[in-house]
Parts: sequence; C-alpha cells; structure tokens
Amino acid sequence: MSIQKFTKIQSPAVPLTIENVDTDQIIPARFLKATTREGFGDNLFKDWRYDKNDNPKPDFVLNSPVYSGSILVAGKNFGSGSSREHAAWAVYDYGFKVVVSSFFADIFKNNALNNGLLPVQISEKFLQEMFNAIEEDPKTEFAVDLENQEITILATSSKENFEINPYKKECLINGYDDIDYLLSMKDKIQAFEGSKV
Amino acid sequence: MYIDKHLVHEVTSPQAFAGLEKRGLNVFRPQNTVATPDHNVPTLNQHLPIKDQLSAFQINKLTQNCEKNGITLYGLNHPSQGIVHVIGPQLGITQPGMTIVCGDSHTSTHGAFGSVAFGIGTSEVEMVLATQCVLQPKPKKMKISVEGKLGKGVTAKDVVLYIISKVTASGGTGYFVEFAGSAIRSLSMEGRMTVCNMSIEMGARGGLIAPDETTFEYIKGRDFAPQGEYFDKAVEKWKLLYSDDDAQFDMEITYDAADIEPMITYGTNPGMGTKIKSSIPSNGDILEKNKNSFLKSLDYMQFKPGEKLEGKKVDYVFVGSCTNGRIEDLREVANFVKGKKKAENITAWIVPGSKSVEKQANEEGITQILEEAGFKLRQPGCSACLAMNDDKIPEGKLAVSTSNRNFEGRQGPGARTMLASPLTAAAVAVTGQIIDPRELL
Repeated sequence: MSIQKFTKIQSPAVPLTIENVDTDQIIPARFLKATTREGFGDNLFKDWRYDKNDNPKPDFVLNSPVYSGSILVAGKNFGSGSSREHAAWAVYDYGFKVVVSSFFADIFKNNALNNGLLPVQISEKFLQEMFNAIEEDPKTEFAVDLENQEITILATSSKENFEINPYKKECLINGYDDIDYLLSMKDKIQAFEGSKV
Repeated sequence: MYIDKHLVHEVTSPQAFAGLEKRGLNVFRPQNTVATPDHNVPTLNQHLPIKDQLSAFQINKLTQNCEKNGITLYGLNHPSQGIVHVIGPQLGITQPGMTIVCGDSHTSTHGAFGSVAFGIGTSEVEMVLATQCVLQPKPKKMKISVEGKLGKGVTAKDVVLYIISKVTASGGTGYFVEFAGSAIRSLSMEGRMTVCNMSIEMGARGGLIAPDETTFEYIKGRDFAPQGEYFDKAVEKWKLLYSDDDAQFDMEITYDAADIEPMITYGTNPGMGTKIKSSIPSNGDILEKNKNSFLKSLDYMQFKPGEKLEGKKVDYVFVGSCTNGRIEDLREVANFVKGKKKAENITAWIVPGSKSVEKQANEEGITQILEEAGFKLRQPGCSACLAMNDDKIPEGKLAVSTSNRNFEGRQGPGARTMLASPLTAAAVAVTGQIIDPRELL
C-alpha cells in the first residue's frame, strides 16, 4: 500500500488565524463512529462551519467564496489534543494537501505525514507574512516545494525553508508507507524479541 | 520502537484492522494486545442492545476484529471492561519499563508506573498490529519537579492543572516529561496517573514518574502482575528505572507545592487555568498576539476578562474519565457529600472508570452515599468526557468536569466546560456554584 506522492504544489491558501486549533474542532467526536477512512471532509471544522441547523456560517473561512486552494494556513499549535487520525483524514479529505502553521502538535504531525498531508512548520514571522499576503489578496498563490524544503509567497518572492524528518520526506516523495518499511525489518524484530528476557 | 503492550479500543482501530486485511496480514503479536470498548458505550442499560446504530456497529466491529485475530477483549458486559487507561493499571497489565501505546492521546496515563506510554494515530495502530513496532522521532526530555508539601484540599488534579497553566497547552510539545520531586512522590498511584494522564494537555508526547515502593505495592497481586518470586525479581529490575542525579534534560522546571491551590479552567484549552480564588486574567495580562484567541475563548465561555470565578452558577457536574474516574476519586466525592444534598440547579453524572471501580463503589457504600445525596452512579465508559455517546452537556450549559479537555464543544455542541478536581466538583455539586472546596473542609 502507499500514500499519495507529494513533490510540489502551487496554490492560493485558506487562512485560519486562530491559535491552538484542537482536533475536537477539526473533527468533533460525534463523527468518529465511522469505521472507514473516507468522507470526514464533510464534517471538517463542523461546529465552526455550520450552525446547529446545518446552515453554513457565512463568516467562517471555509464558507467564504473569496478563499480557496489546497493549502490551509493556521495559527500556532495546530492539531492539539486528541490523537484521532480522523483529524488528518478530514483535512485531507476536504482537499487540503498542505497545512502551514508556526507550530504543530506532535501526534497530528505524525498522523498528517502518514496520510500524505504535508505539515509545513514555519516561523511566526513568516506565518504573519502569509496571513498578510492573503489579507491583501485572497487569491495570492504560494509554492510549496518538498524536495527543496521551501515555501514561497509568490507575490513577494519571500521564502522560508522548513524542516522535515528525512525519512518522512523520502516517504512522501515516493509515496512509501511506514508499514512496508517495518515489514522489511521483520527478521530484526523477531531477533529483538528473542533477545528479550 | 518495539511495543510491549498495545491497548486497543473501538474508535481508532477499525480502519487499522481493515488496512491490515487489505494487505493480507495477520496481527503479528495478538498476545501483546488487549482491547476494550470505552469511548462509544452507553452508560445506562448496558445490558440492552445499543440503540445508536453507528455505535453498535463500531463496537461489534471491535468484537469481530478481536475474535478473528485472537486478541483478548474485555467486552461491554465483561467484569473487567472499562476505560482502557483505567483497566490497564487495574489489571496489572501496566508495568514499569514497558513500552505501551494505544490509539488514544491519554495513553500517557500509564507513565505513572515508569513505563514509556504514549498515544498514536490509526496508521500507527496498524503499524503496531502488523509488526509490534512503531517508528518515532526521538523526543526532547523535560523534567518537571514539584517540591514540598501539598496543602489541605489540594489534589493531584490541581497539581497538573497548575503545571499546565504555567507551561501552557503547547509548551510541552516535542517533549517527553518526567515528573519528579517530593510532592509528586507523595501522591498515590491513582494521583500519579491523574498527573501523567494530562501530560498531553501541555502538548507533551508522554509523561512518566520513576517507579518506587508505592508503585510496586500497587502492582503486587494484580491479575497480570508477576506472582511470587517472579514479582520479587521484577521489582529488582524495576528499582533500576530512575534518572541519574546528573541526567541531562533539555528543559528543567521546578515548582513549589506551597504555591498550588485548588485550580479550575476558565477557557477553551487546558492551559487556561487559574486558582479558583483568583480571577480570569484581564486584557492587560494578555500579550497582544494572543489576545484574539483569548477573547474568542472567553466569548465561547460567556465570560469576561478580569471576572471573578467564585460564585458563578453551574448547571452540570461530571465526575469520571481516564483522568479522574478511579475509586479514590469516587471515594473523595463520597466523603465530601456524605450527609449533604446536591444543589437543586445541578445535574450530576458520576461515571466510574471501569466495571471493577463500579463494583468497589457498591461494596464500599459509595453508591449509597451518592444516591442519598441526590447523585446517581452511571455505568462505566468515557461518557461526557468526549460526549460520543448520549452523555452530552446541553448547549450553553456550564459544566464543572473532572475530565481532561475543555475544548469548544468537547462535552457536546455549545457545552461550556470548566476542568477541576473531584473534590472541587463535589463542592460545586453541593453548593451549585464555583467554590474553592477548602471553604467547606
């Protein structure tokens, strides 16, 4: 099995300026009863996106016609709280390929990487630049280049490098998945088990 | 990393089992895997078929997956069923030095025994089912010491809410935390579990406490603990699990136990906590860049900056969860409410963490005390901590909860949550308002 390959994208972005966006906001617990991975995008940010009668809230960014694109730009500490991978599935299923923030919660970051969703961690300064660029022109585009670990605000050519675990980078570029890798090490795993008292 | 124990529940596992099947793989080490349904179970009439079709389907799926793969399952009406992080320690499955994972962020609870325990996502659940291993980046190390003696009415929950209020909800991200110091050592195992449980609420991957006599005493004689001479041999090994005096940490923080008072949260992340006797921070206390999030949070809570917390009228009290659903928590509530009545405006749900806690509560007369005070004990499960089942706090209602998260809508759409200790929850239940429990001790 494999994940979708990722090399580079160029796209406008959706700004979510709120900090500490927890996974309960990304996908509320009541939608975790599903037993498959598909369809969570419909309920992404459910309670921010819809009122209790399921009408879209016009002031929420995903409901605004001015924002679009496959990049989500979010405030500091995105994905905190619950380990639910459903959060990463929801973001990806909605159509985002990249989430940008100045800080990610650990488990969300792993979950995203395991599903071909690229978490791009940048400085607070660059995050603010991105928010400013979107505020100026919601259609402004950004380029995310995984090979060179670089994110660019195309309108200003302002760019920043981002860190990514080299193994995970390899996985994303080639569409590899961790289980294939671990399965290839089964002999070593068994040898380790044998060495345990 | 090789995993010694993999705990499985119904919500984060079905996609992992399905993935395994798609790859044509079997569970590699079913004997290292234990499962129980907890997140999604009803807390009333558990003997009847589950009404919610989706919940029933998900729980049945867990049963099928366990049967097919030879995994031990403590199903809904099994005497050992309960919240996965309550039953692991209770059955003696959790032991010092083990690596333990579960598709749940509160797996850090098990760190109270000096085990390396952390939550994982469903892809990682699949990894562990397939290979008993998980790939992990190496975390940074943080040591948080609490030194001194805790005051009367100050509990483990207050200690951890205090720590998170200082470190913030994201300050521990990237770290594994060791909790140390005389105040931490003085806690019972259940208190230590409460502290480690909430490590994730400051962003930390996990938290742990070096095992000591309190730990060994707790484990001794439990179903899955080593027995007889094997236990003694195990203790000899467990005694070696501590950090050297000159161990290097990436960050070290020390707090004074005397500064800790009964705590409560006022916002929508667990870092937004304060002493019950103090007020919500005022606008001037908040950094300009954090102001938007702060005000959004207070707006949701229907609170104002600078407002006093004491005296606020409360609608619901929830005692339960993997943070505070153990027998000592129920005991504490029962001791406090004995001979008192709950306030008229309060609806109180008391949900034991496991069937075994429920049984013990019945045997100790706790159930009777609670019923005489106007509370009712419900059946075990995660319940209103995450409100996946019917236990939802209604929109706009204010709840004081012993659980671990006060996120928007966590306890039901529009529900407003304030996190506190079981003792504080008991005091709130009796008075109907936010109160420092020490006033009634």
